[in-house]
Amino acid sequence: MKISILQVAYKNLLRKRTRSVLTVLGIAMAAWVLVSLFGFNKGYETSLNRDIDNLGFQMLVIAKGCPYEAATLMLKGGTGLKYLKEEIVDRIAREPEVDGVTPMLMQVAFDPNKGESGGLAVYQGVDPKTFPRMKSFLKFKNGGWFSDPGAAEAVFGYEAAELEQREVGDMYLIPEKDVEVKVVGVLERTGTQDDGSIFLPIGAVQKIFGIKDELTGIGIKVKKDADIAKFEAKMFELPDVQVVSLTQVKNTIMTLVATARVMVLSIALIAILIAMMGVVNTILMSVMERRQEIGILKSMGAMASDIFKLVWIETLILCAAGGLVGSLMALVTARITDVLVRKLLPYAPSGGLVRIEPGLVLTTLGLVTLIGLLSGVYPAWKAGRVRPLESIRSEEAS
Amino acid sequence: MSDREKMVIEAEDLVRVYKRGAEEIRAVDGVSLSIGEGEFVSVIGPSGSGKTTLINVLGCLDNPTSGRLLLDGRPVFENCRALSEASLTRVRREVFGYIFQKFYLIPTLSVLENVVLPFTFYKKPDASEDVSRVLDILGILNRKDHLPGELSGGEMQRVAIARALVNKPRILLADEPTGNLDTKRSAEIGGILDDLNRQEGLTVVLVTHNPVLAARAHRTIELRDGRVLS
Repeated sequence: MKISILQVAYKNLLRKRTRSVLTVLGIAMAAWVLVSLFGFNKGYETSLNRDIDNLGFQMLVIAKGCPYEAATLMLKGGTGLKYLKEEIVDRIAREPEVDGVTPMLMQVAFDPNKGESGGLAVYQGVDPKTFPRMKSFLKFKNGGWFSDPGAAEAVFGYEAAELEQREVGDMYLIPEKDVEVKVVGVLERTGTQDDGSIFLPIGAVQKIFGIKDELTGIGIKVKKDADIAKFEAKMFELPDVQVVSLTQVKNTIMTLVATARVMVLSIALIAILIAMMGVVNTILMSVMERRQEIGILKSMGAMASDIFKLVWIETLILCAAGGLVGSLMALVTARITDVLVRKLLPYAPSGGLVRIEPGLVLTTLGLVTLIGLLSGVYPAWKAGRVRPLESIRSEEAS
Repeated sequence: MSDREKMVIEAEDLVRVYKRGAEEIRAVDGVSLSIGEGEFVSVIGPSGSGKTTLINVLGCLDNPTSGRLLLDGRPVFENCRALSEASLTRVRREVFGYIFQKFYLIPTLSVLENVVLPFTFYKKPDASEDVSRVLDILGILNRKDHLPGELSGGEMQRVAIARALVNKPRILLADEPTGNLDTKRSAEIGGILDDLNRQEGLTVVLVTHNPVLAARAHRTIELRDGRVLS
C-alpha cells in the first residue's frame, strides 16, 4: 500500500476544516465576481445585439428631441415622443440607399385596471404592408397579421396576451377611447420587447386616437452596401427630424458598460488580491504550525522538493476548490445577478444579461489555479527549507 | 566490537556548539565512540547532558561544529565540511529510522496511512509495500484503520515505530521513546526494541532517562556536560 502526495495534501487540509473552508470561500467569492462580471459582459453584448437586430431596421427617424431618450424609448418598445409628418415616409423611401421603410405611430392610454392603481397601456400602430416584412422573424403562436390596413384588429405579443388573458377571436377594449378591437393574432415568445407589445394597424390607431397624417417614428432598413454615414447626413437635411443610428446607440451603450466594467474589474482584482493574501496566510500559518511534522517528514526521507510539492498541492487544492465553488455560485446566482444588474442599469436589453459559457468557467478556473500556484510559492519554499532538526528542537535538550 | 569492518557509526572528537546570545554552549564536547552493526546501545545522562544533541548529530539530523563522523566507514562530516542537504537526506532515508518522544502522527491519516507515509517520498527497493507483518509484530494490525486520536499513547508510539521500520532502516535511533508513556507501556516498547535488535538484527541507539529501559542495551554510554563518562 502507498499513499499519494495528493492524498496527504488533501488530508492535511482537513485538519483545520473551518480555516480551509473559509479560505476556499474567499477564493470562491473572487471567482464568483470574475465569472459573473465576464458573464455579464458577454450576455449584455449578445442581448443588446439581438435586441437591435430584432428591431428589423438599423435607423430610426423621429421628431427632434433628445436622441438618447428617443433611443431608450424605442428600445423599450416606444417609437418617440413627438410627431413628424407622414409625407416624409415617401421622401425617405425614394433615397437609393433605402431597402425599406416602415412608419410607426405609438400611442398610450390610461388603463385603470392595470396594476393596483392603473397604468399606461401602449399601442404600436404599424403598417401592415411593410412592418411584417421588416420583422420577418416574428412567428405567430395563433392567427396572423391584420386583414386590412384600417381594420379594428390587434396582434398581441406573447406576454401581452398572457397579461390581458386574450386569445385569437377575443375582443379587447381600448381604455379611455371605448373602442373594441378584435384579437387576430398572438405572437410566439421572442425574448424581446415585442413580447409585451400590442400591435394595431397604423390607420386604426390614427382613427381611434384622432391623429391625422402624423407619425411618431419611421424605421429604415438600409441596403447592405449603402454608405450609412452619407445617408445619415442626407437625413439630417430633412426639416425637424433627427436620425438615430442604432449602431451608434449600441456603441454608446457599450462604451458606458465598458466604463462600468473597468470599475467592477478593479474591484474584482482587489478581491482576488485579498483572496490571494488569505491563501498565503492560511498556508503559511499551516506550515508554521507543522514545522516539527515537516521535520519528521524530512527525517523519513522527504527531499526539500517533496515538501515544496506537498505544500504547493495543498494551495492548489484550496484554489481549485474555490474556483469551482465560485463558478458554481455564479451559475446558480446568474438569474439573481441579472435582476440586480437590471435594476442598476438605465437601460438593459431583454433576454439574459449574464451569460456563463463553459469556456468562461474554464478560463476562470485556470486563472484561479494560476493564482494558487503563485500564492503557494513562498509558503512552499519556506516549508521546503525546514530542517529535520526542527522536529526535535522544541523538545527540551537533554 | 573492535572489528572495524562491522562499525556502522564512528565518531571522533565530535563537538557541537550552540550560541545563545553571547554565550557559547558546548552541547557535545569532544565525543568519540563507535557503534557496531547489530548493537543495542543506550545513551543516558541527566537533563542538559547533550544526549539528544549527540543522537541528532549521529543520525545526520544536525551537523557537528567540528570532529569527524563516519557511517559505514564513509565520511559524513570531516574537516568542518558536511554533505549537502540532499545528500544527507539520501543518507537518512537509506540508513536511519527515527523514533521521538512525541509521536508526530498525522491526525487525519489512519494508522496504516501513517505507517506507509515514508513510501510517499521514498521506498527502498527491498522494502515491502505489505506492512502487515510490521504491524503484526508491533501488535497494532487490528488498529490499522483507526485514526491516531482513537489510540492510546503506547499504541501511537508503536505506530511511530512501525513508520520508522517500513523502509528497512539499518539503524534505529530512538530519542526518549517512552518519555510520554507509563511504566507498563514503557516496558512494552522496551521489549519491542529488544526484539527488533535480537530477532531482526537491527542496530538500536536509544536515548533514555529510564534505567530499566537502558539496562536492556548491550552497552550504555553515559554523558555529562557533553562528554562521555563511560
